[in-house]
Amino acid sequence: MSVPVFEVRDVTFRYHEVTALDGLSIVIQAGKRVTLLGANGSGKSTLLRLLDGLAFPEKGSVLFCGELLTEARLQEPEFAYQFRRRVGLVFQNPDVQLFSPTVFDEVAFGPLQLGRPKEEVRRQVAQMLEVMKLTHLKDRSPHHLSTGEKKRVTLASVLVLDPEVLLLDEPTAALDPKSASQMIDFLVGWRGGAKTVITTTHQLDIVEDIADYCYVFQTGRVVAEGEPSQVLRETALLERTNLIHVHRHVHPSGEVHSHPHVHPHRH
Amino acid sequence: MSFVERTLSNLVNGMERALYAEDLAKADGLLQRLDPRIKVIGLLSLLIVSATAHRLWVIGVVFAVAVSMAVMSRVSLAVLAKRVWVAILLFTGVIALPAPFIVPGREVMRLPLLDWGVTAQGLASACYLVARVETAATLSVLLILCTPWNHVLKALRVLKVPVVLVVTLGMTYRYILLLLQTAHDMFESRRSRMVGKLEGAERRRVAAASAGVLMSKSLQLSGEVYRAMLSRGFRGEVYVLDEFQTSTIDWIMLAVFVMLVSGGFYFGR
Repeated sequence: MSVPVFEVRDVTFRYHEVTALDGLSIVIQAGKRVTLLGANGSGKSTLLRLLDGLAFPEKGSVLFCGELLTEARLQEPEFAYQFRRRVGLVFQNPDVQLFSPTVFDEVAFGPLQLGRPKEEVRRQVAQMLEVMKLTHLKDRSPHHLSTGEKKRVTLASVLVLDPEVLLLDEPTAALDPKSASQMIDFLVGWRGGAKTVITTTHQLDIVEDIADYCYVFQTGRVVAEGEPSQVLRETALLERTNLIHVHRHVHPSGEVHSHPHVHPHRH
Repeated sequence: MSFVERTLSNLVNGMERALYAEDLAKADGLLQRLDPRIKVIGLLSLLIVSATAHRLWVIGVVFAVAVSMAVMSRVSLAVLAKRVWVAILLFTGVIALPAPFIVPGREVMRLPLLDWGVTAQGLASACYLVARVETAATLSVLLILCTPWNHVLKALRVLKVPVVLVVTLGMTYRYILLLLQTAHDMFESRRSRMVGKLEGAERRRVAAASAGVLMSKSLQLSGEVYRAMLSRGFRGEVYVLDEFQTSTIDWIMLAVFVMLVSGGFYFGR
């Protein structure tokens, strides 16, 4: 069997007194599209930060392609270069990722830091803006963009690096239904180099479109895993992990009726 | 107007000024059409001429040139007068006011009632100070109003300003607007839940609490921004694209700037 792209072994991570990940262990094979499902505060975004080498576990270890991912390793120029070239993270809040004066500069930031020649960077950025239908916004400042446009720019700024592993933190959060749908359609149809895609979400209706496998998180632990169709059938589990809720309605006869409410399919 | 409403109004004014500057920077005017590098070098050179000239009429000519460029660049003279000329006159006027009385020299008149002597040298010093500051401020504001901020920053690279400083200035501008929006939202949400006016102590408490929350948010934001930079390969050195193209009008204006600056230095020496 090939070496997993990520191996998380018994990881514990705390924000001061709050435990975000509690003895977590998961293995992510190369080429898989994985979804981390969980309610707010279940630890899925923290795991993405650990996988991107932006935070490091208090206990346990994270391996990237069989190599230990530590702060010390990421200080080594060659390892850091290879890792940043191969792994890309799209943050949940686009404003933290849009720090450059214009959209063009933003998309160019990553390739320039990785030392690509300026002419090549200009060409790649122009191509990426074209693909993401952002060319008309290239000279705009990020604070003039809508949330949907900001999300597309953040995605473009990572995809331009053509990473092998794409980490997406709530890609459809705060988007209106049309923008969310466009984002999912783009991710489903994307034929770039990213062979492994790890997405966090609590929106069940997009899971089957974007994942072959999913993990369900609760209070920093994985409480279930499997193929989306299998996990989405576990109504009791989804209700227990706050991914679905009990829906009450009144029938014309006056009878109050309640049952778990789930939309596993997109319309 | 209550404290919260006044703060909201100031925040809105701040954002409107930023938007006015950005809209003006995109207008079809003389300075807007120029390559930012030539604009930065030309306007800064004129600024140096006005700061070093020893003849008042030379500073006056530079000021007239600045006003002409403002008109040709569609900058409202009313806006310039309100935001620059009057404000600078009040500010430097206070500094220059004692000069006519304390600078020694030939007395030209005495103040009625106070009987203080006004010297020609003192009057000249006050005029030089006000004229220099007015001219320099007008040139600086013209540069900012007629150039997108990101172009000003990139043009600074031509003057060999370190790239780290240029990038930091760019990020500061970007996040000031974001924090301005956050502060605006905070005060608006407070206003939506308020009835009546706040007392002095309560106003101070609200201001301190808001400043604290904003500081905490900005610290959290700075940490996240840094991680977002690391994630895309930042390792302490910043690399940026500098790309400008010059056209005929740029070369013509460069020649005009060279003539003006040379003349200014020659006649103003």
